[in-house]
Amino acid sequence: MVNAVWLFLLVSGIIVAALTGRIDVVTNSAMAAAKLGVEVAISLIGIMSLWLGLMRLAEEAGLVRALARALEPLTRLLFPSIPRDHPALGAMILNISANILGLGNAATPFGLKAMDELQKLNQGKDEASEAMCTFLALNTSAITLIPATIIAVRLKAGSANPTEIIGTTIFATGCAMAAAIFVDYLFRRRKGGRS
Amino acid sequence: MNIIAEISRWAIPAFLLLVPLVAYLRKVKVYEVFVTGAEGGFWTAVKIIPYLVGMLVAIKVFVDSGAIDILAYLVKPVFGFFGLRQDLTQIIPLAIMRPLSGSGALGVATQIISEHGPDSFLGRLASTMQGSTDTTFFVLAMYFGSVGIKKYRYALKLGLIADITGLVASVYIVSKVFG
Repeated sequence: MVNAVWLFLLVSGIIVAALTGRIDVVTNSAMAAAKLGVEVAISLIGIMSLWLGLMRLAEEAGLVRALARALEPLTRLLFPSIPRDHPALGAMILNISANILGLGNAATPFGLKAMDELQKLNQGKDEASEAMCTFLALNTSAITLIPATIIAVRLKAGSANPTEIIGTTIFATGCAMAAAIFVDYLFRRRKGGRS
Repeated sequence: MNIIAEISRWAIPAFLLLVPLVAYLRKVKVYEVFVTGAEGGFWTAVKIIPYLVGMLVAIKVFVDSGAIDILAYLVKPVFGFFGLRQDLTQIIPLAIMRPLSGSGALGVATQIISEHGPDSFLGRLASTMQGSTDTTFFVLAMYFGSVGIKKYRYALKLGLIADITGLVASVYIVSKVFG
């Protein structure tokens, strides 16, 4: 599916640009986006190093395992394929927690660390494991308790009550998360669902 | 609300304090172990570059060329078919942009909010949608890229189902609460 979507985005973009006589847009946008990809990755290096260092400390101190144990009933249900006490569980819990608190800077390194641990368990190597799919579904739909950016936008636009959307946001994101968990469960039961 | 904001503010300092402290008390060589772990940061960041470049280029060409507007236009009749309120069609560009690009979606949401007002139905809906899901494509590219996964299996489908659910739930709850 990702191949088809990728091709669709690229091809439809180029066709539309060509038909509207703005083919230059394609060149400029492609170059700019390529540059942006590198900038995003490079800007991650420092933060990644900081959190991976702390993660290692937390692991050696036994804190990651303690966290995974504390939430075991939950992780058993969501990630039956991961052995208990595996460091992937702790990293995933930290990632989701950071997401919920809106700490994007900390969430990404924890998440990438979790992927690294999940990949160690993954037999297929260049194909996603079930646990990875579950984790990413949770990650992209995770509840954010305070959508800080949009509150700032509303404040600037002169809203009488910029935070009034917190409740509706939590409801909507909760529904998304519930759907992700449920559909993931269906996919897992269907075993080996390809796309 | 204030309690949550305070927790967010203190979470990272607390983490920075407690983890090294507990590790030290458990006889871990704190600095040495920290540095060994931190070494991985560079390569993880470098490894995601090709995946990010591939995804961002396709998305930016799609958005900047105006193809996204044409897709939004084509989707419009579906809303009429389901008998939904007419002004909802204005939210389509945001719905399409949301899983593709974080900065793009924020731009569209900001535009809707300033055009219709933050306390209008559309303004509140755009705000709710913006906060309720993530940039699925970007996250998948980055996370899978960092470990060299090229076959996503059902991950993208799953992410998009969650996004659509978030969208429908946003429309439902904003109509219900704010009318």
